[in-house]
Amino acid sequence: MEGVQDTWAAPTRSGPRGRGRRGIPLPRWVRQPRTASDGGRGGWSRAAVAAGRVAGGLSRLTGLGGGSVIVGRVALALDPGALAWLARGRTVVLVSGTNGKTTTSHLLAGALAGAGAVAHNASGSNMADGAVTALAARRHAPWAVLEVDELHLAEVAGATRPAAVVLLNLTRDQLDRVSEVRRTAADVRRVLDAHPTTTTVANADDPLTVWAAGTARSPVWVAAGAGWCRDTASCPRCGELLAREDGGAEVSAAGGGLAVATPTRVGWSCAPCGLARPRPAWWWEHRAPMRALAHRAVAGEAGEEATVPVRTGLPGRVNVANAVVALATAVTLGVDPERAAAGVATVREVAGRYRLSRIGRHRVRLVLVKNPAGWLAALDLLDPGRPVLVVVNDREADGRDVSWLWDLDVAPLEGRPVAVAGDRAADLGVRLSYGGVDHLTGADPLAALARLPAGEVDVLATYTAFSALRAELARAERAGAA
Amino acid sequence: MSAPAVSIGLLLPDVLGTYSDAGNAVVLARRLQWRGIPAEVVTVTADDAPPRGCDLYLLGGGEDTAQYFAARWLARHPWLPTAMTTTAVTLGVCAGLQLLGRSMTDRDGHEHPGLGALDLTTWAAPGRAVGETLVRCRLPGVGVLTGFVNHGGATVLGADVAPLGEVEHGHGNDPAGTAEGAVSPAPLPDDVVRARPGVVATYLHGPVLARNPALADHLLARVVGHALPDLDPDRVPDLAALRRTRVPHGDGRGTGTHRPEGTSPCPAR
Repeated sequence: MEGVQDTWAAPTRSGPRGRGRRGIPLPRWVRQPRTASDGGRGGWSRAAVAAGRVAGGLSRLTGLGGGSVIVGRVALALDPGALAWLARGRTVVLVSGTNGKTTTSHLLAGALAGAGAVAHNASGSNMADGAVTALAARRHAPWAVLEVDELHLAEVAGATRPAAVVLLNLTRDQLDRVSEVRRTAADVRRVLDAHPTTTTVANADDPLTVWAAGTARSPVWVAAGAGWCRDTASCPRCGELLAREDGGAEVSAAGGGLAVATPTRVGWSCAPCGLARPRPAWWWEHRAPMRALAHRAVAGEAGEEATVPVRTGLPGRVNVANAVVALATAVTLGVDPERAAAGVATVREVAGRYRLSRIGRHRVRLVLVKNPAGWLAALDLLDPGRPVLVVVNDREADGRDVSWLWDLDVAPLEGRPVAVAGDRAADLGVRLSYGGVDHLTGADPLAALARLPAGEVDVLATYTAFSALRAELARAERAGAA
Repeated sequence: MSAPAVSIGLLLPDVLGTYSDAGNAVVLARRLQWRGIPAEVVTVTADDAPPRGCDLYLLGGGEDTAQYFAARWLARHPWLPTAMTTTAVTLGVCAGLQLLGRSMTDRDGHEHPGLGALDLTTWAAPGRAVGETLVRCRLPGVGVLTGFVNHGGATVLGADVAPLGEVEHGHGNDPAGTAEGAVSPAPLPDDVVRARPGVVATYLHGPVLARNPALADHLLARVVGHALPDLDPDRVPDLAALRRTRVPHGDGRGTGTHRPEGTSPCPAR
């Protein structure tokens, strides 16, 4: 049969967001052959970045794009060393992992802001081009916080020589692209091994993250929780079954949210090979009932613990954990804890997430959900009874395979109006019907939204659906304000 | 007296759950319950002892290290392959297919024994097969199967096993051929539905039974011993749209239709 042999290929490990650097039409005269500069060829890098900024300005002026990657694309096409040159002399922190990169990098930028200006790829453009754009926008900021896609960590870390890498979690996500979660963990492991002077701040509760950070020198472990455990039934190092103590029960008791982590809980361990949850240097506590103001981050050895009150303007337990990771990172880099905590508390919105936007007769809260672990965390953000719209696309940046919809616990959707939409609305609809959840189905997200009762609606959307809706909501708000 | 529930043994979803194949158990149970036939899903994790008397056994896909753990776990219960092939109907998907075979040789050349329930052998392929796939199924009345494959194996079938079908688009068992999946015993040309234990295996995810209800009903018919009545389409109203978009040129069940030369069987994005 035609097309069978020739479509076998090695997995694609680049260009995941469909925004690869190739194919940018540049005039012939700028295509000068350059070798990767190491930041020492300032003249050419400076010209390349300037050209990129002109392109970015044109892009915004002509309405072709927001300019969040075009600056970097043009600069990197002219000079592959532009990122290294821009990063030189700054304290760079990279934030990576499957879920929470954008939110945590915003919280970290907030935590560092009291200690100096911060360059930050705030829109979530998390490959090398987005990093260049962010650094070029704030040329003299002494700090840089860059969220980085897991598969682009090697490239960005190699160029920026980060002071710290924050590793949040590693769970199944876009398996058509990465094949196996463990492979992603192995890639991250190699990156950290190649940067022995970089400080790693990593989640002690996720076995894959711990294994990936295992080659890092003196990692700072944070008990940031791991609600989703189904990628780590077996040990990432040796493949034998992991023993879990407390963790499992805690997770289900918390309703699919985060385990409340303390330093003494064993959490998980592998008897045959000895991989186990490391004792965290940072963890967090709360008092029931859960309130955003009631959290304390705790750091240090037993008996010498210092606590920092954690105030976050973001909803959900997952964001308390993200705030603690941001605090731990800032303090590790020498920022005063109280000042860092105050900075974290200023973050109330993250690149279109969490805030209510008005569109027609609805007020919409947009949440990015692109994998089962993210769904679990998002369920914690839903108000009981509030209508939900779930939008699932399967474009390159979403992941082509939507089998993961069957990993979702859909029971929390029962008893509220539910609509589904997107390229793969039918797949989600089938999933919901087998799960006993009544719903309406529409291809177009806004048309589906219009069929839901007026008032507040939670919208859970995959990457490309999220981006399109965010733009749509911004347009509707501008039109409403005009 | 009510009939005993059909028991669906979902084996190792904690270890072989990476590609969401546990959904197959939900589909099977619901399609029985909707027809008034009691059904229960027996979830068997790595900490449990597998139950002997299940009517159906399911094995899903997982990562390489997890798969070899599953092989060792299954080897500790030697009666299980006998039950899976002689008294029950078994569906193996991806790693599940490989585990049901004779052996699996990994990238380092190490050979891991399989259950030996299917006459097939798997080696590490030079590249990975990833993508939407359409398979013309050999099982009577099933039509075209749609699914998403994601594996690095090259599986070769032996003489005692038949392919589940032929690839129309996408990826089969190995880079060189068009055979997809495996069935034992082989389907009969003049098949009538009756109680018949045996093994059906495929590389298709989706989960495969969510996308292909005819395959689910085929397995169920072999368990209950008779063809099952059609379900009210309103039970799963989105299924028609899912089939239309995934199998755009239709099932061609009994019509022998072929898609025109040069057209894509997958919807344009």
